[in-house]
Amino acid sequence: MTDEEASKQERINQYINNNLKTILADLAEDEMPDEITDLLMVLRAQDEQMKDKK
Amino acid sequence: MSVMDPRDELVTHLPAVRAFALSLTRNRTVADDMMQDTVLKAWTNMDKFTPGTNMRAWLFTILRNNFYSSRRKLNREVADVDNTYSDRLAVKPDHDGRLQMSDFKVAFDQLKDEHREALILVGASGFSYDDAAEMCGVAPGTMKSRVNRARAKLTEMLHLDEDDVLELTDVETLSVVGSPNIPS
Repeated sequence: MTDEEASKQERINQYINNNLKTILADLAEDEMPDEITDLLMVLRAQDEQMKDKK
Repeated sequence: MSVMDPRDELVTHLPAVRAFALSLTRNRTVADDMMQDTVLKAWTNMDKFTPGTNMRAWLFTILRNNFYSSRRKLNREVADVDNTYSDRLAVKPDHDGRLQMSDFKVAFDQLKDEHREALILVGASGFSYDDAAEMCGVAPGTMKSRVNRARAKLTEMLHLDEDDVLELTDVETLSVVGSPNIPS
């Protein structure tokens, strides 16, 4: 691969990586669904109950 | 120095885990089902997590194992071994020659699961080839090959190797490429 081709490939890779980072960042900003927050509450409550029993 | 409770740490990784689930499944309902399974498994097996190691990698591993396990069970994936479907969906730049983010997403969604996963782990999430390979249960060379093939496929579908295409990316994409705020 020539220097020019390597540079072009690097730009393509960077373009792909940056677009993917944007997509992931957008997805990560989605509000957490109620099912997950409810599940976390249940799991924490169960942990507390277990601690109390001990 | 206080050490964060691993269960509290788990919660801090959930947005990234959900983003990974959505990118892998491309379906909110399936992604959220997998998230619930992942949270439940991680929480109840927290004693198996080694403090000081990478919890995000551990959670991603649980999630992707769930994904491939349920995919095998349901046999839901449409076989596309010769890529005839993907080839027909090749994306052309818009009439003005600019590539839009939406074009990129369409092309990315056409990649095989293993290739999407490899690019998300290595290209977007910053995992090393070795770490990503371990998470996926493959050799580092296999992971490198998957990343290279995924990039080559995207390059082909989006015509990224044509000289003028990257010069003519839209304003939104250019601002993203230059943005310092993208999480690694």
